Amino acid sequence: MNYQWDFQTVWENFDVLWIGLIGTLKIFSVTVVLGLFGGLIVGMGRYARPIWIRGPASIFVEFFRNTPVLVQIIWFYFALPILVPINVSPFLAAVLGISLNTAAFSAEIYRGGIQSIEPGQWEAAKAIGMNYAQTMRRIILPQAIKRMLPPLTNRGIEAFKMSTLASVVAYVETLNQAKLIASLNFNPIETYSVVAFAFFVILYPLVQATYVLERMFGKSD
Amino acid sequence: MSAEAVVEVRGLVKRFGDLEVLKGIDLKVREGETVVLLGVSGSGKSTLLRCINFMETPTEGRVFESGKLVGTEKNGRMVYRERELCALRTRIGMVFQHFNLFPHMTALQNVMEGQTTVLRESREAAEKNAIEQLRRVGLEDKAFEYPARLSGGQKQRVAIARALSMNPRVMLFDEVTSALDPELVGEVLKAIRQLADEGMTMIIVTHELGFAYHVADRVLFLDGGEIIEQGPPAEILVKPETRRAKEFLEGHSLFKLPD
Ligand SMILES: Nc1ncnc2c1ncn2[C@@H]1O[C@H](COP(=O)(O)OP(=O)(O)OP(=O)(O)O)[C@@H](O)[C@H]1O
Ligand SMILES: [Mg+2]
Repeated sequence: MNYQWDFQTVWENFDVLWIGLIGTLKIFSVTVVLGLFGGLIVGMGRYARPIWIRGPASIFVEFFRNTPVLVQIIWFYFALPILVPINVSPFLAAVLGISLNTAAFSAEIYRGGIQSIEPGQWEAAKAIGMNYAQTMRRIILPQAIKRMLPPLTNRGIEAFKMSTLASVVAYVETLNQAKLIASLNFNPIETYSVVAFAFFVILYPLVQATYVLERMFGKSD
Repeated sequence: MSAEAVVEVRGLVKRFGDLEVLKGIDLKVREGETVVLLGVSGSGKSTLLRCINFMETPTEGRVFESGKLVGTEKNGRMVYRERELCALRTRIGMVFQHFNLFPHMTALQNVMEGQTTVLRESREAAEKNAIEQLRRVGLEDKAFEYPARLSGGQKQRVAIARALSMNPRVMLFDEVTSALDPELVGEVLKAIRQLADEGMTMIIVTHELGFAYHVADRVLFLDGGEIIEQGPPAEILVKPETRRAKEFLEGHSLFKLPD
């Protein structure tokens, strides 16, 4: 193999890549917050007693879990403006697609986490006069969150990586900018290597931080 | 007027689907009285306790707490509001077989939780009372331990302190020593006995007949969802009248009647 590695041109265009990274971080921070909070609401909804809450929540989860995010983003970008008179930017389309997908998957994590708490905990809380909301907030969620942290971390990682799908509607994020650099210099291998490395450098500390969080919640055992 | 009953149950029926578990229970528990509930497995002991603090909703009948009817009657049916039931449960303490301590809280926090979250007391007042309740069950030195680091007997005593912290008018105990290793049973029974001495009103489901003999003012024998016999322990436990009660007592070979 005498492939001539050409990282030089990647570094020279790093400002282009940098703009992409900012775009990635922007979309990630919005989708991870919307997705995980939305998932909490949907997840509680799936656990609620009234069917008119439980039903739609279940349909939501099944629909968004079982359709590709890429297709959703394209659909939100091209089809949604036809149905409702709003201007859908690439950013909005990507945020919708990724957030809703994250919400659907994390809803299942919340629901599973809540259901994994022994019924005796509900009983004990009820027996000292707690209502549903108090029990949820003070007794069930603090225990459930501890169990949910690892799978939620995975959802966060997924959301970060899914941000690259926003390039399909020409949103300016890392992958999109990388394509630009690669086509200018004909060095896709180097460019994408740098992109992979950049993703790792950002994600790794974030994941480490969640381990610290897990230990904090785990102090009782 | 007779002395006011802390808890009174009239014509209590509980059905789970087609299964009638309680078939019209009448029961009055006076202030300071300790009532022990005996009966074979499945006779409805737990269900009766759970209907008294509305962990289960009675199918028919009335429950009175300190002379006041729980719920309101509408067209001959009882209607219960969640708010009223939550408030009621603060006045009726319950301790379970499996402790059900909150594992993410220390013993102290377990005992404070109801006071701060439900009764909305200040942290300082709640903490003071919690320590007092832990002392009552002999566990003030374990205040800062998490449940995972307590023995079964200690856990159960924290659970008792947690119930006591709400300052209930009556305590319900549902086989609270059944999940314990034999050597840990004594410390829990001692704590309950001390409550009886302090004049706490209690309804106790237990299989510890020796304990029942000593602590009970009255023993009820439940069979097939009905009270088939009741009276002072010296009568019920020594010379039961019904065949079912006799069989039950004979089944507990470890229980030797005092001469
Ligand atoms: N939530 C429920 N749904 C359906 N059936 C129930 C429920 N709770 C209790 N039962 C049934 O009611 C009957 C009485 O149960 P209960 O728990 O009151 O008996 P128990 O006297 O406390 O028995 P044990 O000594 O085993 O605790 C049993 O046949 C039980 O299967
Ligand atoms: Mg029982």
